[in-house]
Amino acid sequence: MKETDVIHVSKDRPEKGKYVKPLFRGLNFIFKNFLSKPVTLQYPTEKTQRSQRWRGLHRLEVDEKGELKCVACGLCARICPSEAITIVPYEEEGGIRYPKKFVINELRCIFCGFCQEACPKAAITLTEVYDYIDYNRTDFIFDIEKLKIPEQFKFTGK
Amino acid sequence: MVEYLIIPVIKLIVMFSVFLFIAAYTTYMERKFLGHMQMRYGPMRVGFHGLLQPIADGIKNFFKEDVIPENADKAVFVLAPAISIAAAIILLSVIPFGPPIKILGREINLYLANPSIGILFILGFSTLGSYGNILGGWSSGNKYGYMGGLRASAMIISYEISMAFAVVSIIMVTGSFSIVDMVNAQTGLWNVFKQPVAFLVFLISGVAELNRTPFDMPEAESELCCGYNVEYSSMKFALFFLAEYIHMIVFASLVATLFLGGWHGPAFVPGVVWFFLKMFAVIFLCIWVRATFPRLRYDKVMKLEWKFLLPVALLNILATGMVMAVL
Repeated sequence: MKETDVIHVSKDRPEKGKYVKPLFRGLNFIFKNFLSKPVTLQYPTEKTQRSQRWRGLHRLEVDEKGELKCVACGLCARICPSEAITIVPYEEEGGIRYPKKFVINELRCIFCGFCQEACPKAAITLTEVYDYIDYNRTDFIFDIEKLKIPEQFKFTGK
Repeated sequence: MVEYLIIPVIKLIVMFSVFLFIAAYTTYMERKFLGHMQMRYGPMRVGFHGLLQPIADGIKNFFKEDVIPENADKAVFVLAPAISIAAAIILLSVIPFGPPIKILGREINLYLANPSIGILFILGFSTLGSYGNILGGWSSGNKYGYMGGLRASAMIISYEISMAFAVVSIIMVTGSFSIVDMVNAQTGLWNVFKQPVAFLVFLISGVAELNRTPFDMPEAESELCCGYNVEYSSMKFALFFLAEYIHMIVFASLVATLFLGGWHGPAFVPGVVWFFLKMFAVIFLCIWVRATFPRLRYDKVMKLEWKFLLPVALLNILATGMVMAVL
């Protein structure tokens, strides 16, 4: 066998006994870690800050009189790629339109944010709520009452 | 009557409950310290900062289903945790954890027994505890358990030797096999200053004997998926772990008594406190080492013992004998 056939896996292997000092450096490092504050968070009670552009659960905005801004034009339902939004419009005699039913299936939703972009009245926005959990699939089908205050579904560990 | 029956029984009950309590809370201490060493919190949910976690774990283990694998050797499988825990608890009986105290005019020694061969008793029974691991791994009918059992037997064959030789040099210094005599001989100067090499050898081979990282060959989670206890569940599993932690406490108190002067220390706090402080310092060292070092490769573990620790321990005995002959 020629010398060139030999593959040296580790060329700069330290000499015998050279590993003793690094062992103590490791111990020192771990002790410094032991004295410093943990970097983890206690999740349900402490949470990291979401970005302002975070796309979480939907909210139906209300105006200053407490009525829905939504005029039930159906653009959001139209643009929704996963067909998660169902709207049943209702028009009064005076020409005021509002949604009779506004249902979002949060299990179908892919949180792309197209509905927010498409809305001409800025009536639907995506909030920072990202950890809604529940027991039944039907609980994830949000109606108007649930969509008005999505902040109540923030997970707090209870 | 009082001397031979009532006082030993009271001591037995007190020691048993105190040391089992300490063993349970050593698990909490380990998880908490390990967590903080890895910059996380450790248990936080049960009670204030997770203080009730050991109790919750105990209750959980009681109510778990007790599974015995189909192709296990059932008698040995059930016997193995019992051997493990019995051999661990019996070790506590010869540990002296304080100077004699006076209660109601009676002098009471803070140990259960002081046999004249105390240290041999400890070496013998600590090895017997490993039979629990070996038999448990062997009888599981599982190849990982079998591998774990094989490794456990290899570990006791090798590391027991250097541990015993480290103890031999202490016996030479003291001139007695009794642990109480060993503590009394350290009134002036602790053995760690007389026998620093033996201290290091005892510490390393003791951690190996406990099967803790970096020498946790029998249970190597990442290669044997928990090794010898892989088929165990419920209280049997808990007994194995209780035995492991009691072994750790015994090891820590052995280091404290043989090398760190036992209950001796500056007199402003009582000797019992000194003993437990030293014990917990050694336990902390174990946890610290566990958090720092990765597991050694199997052949390197054997190499460390047979090519380094054993010759060093033998040379240490030789040097001690020469110094004693000259002086």
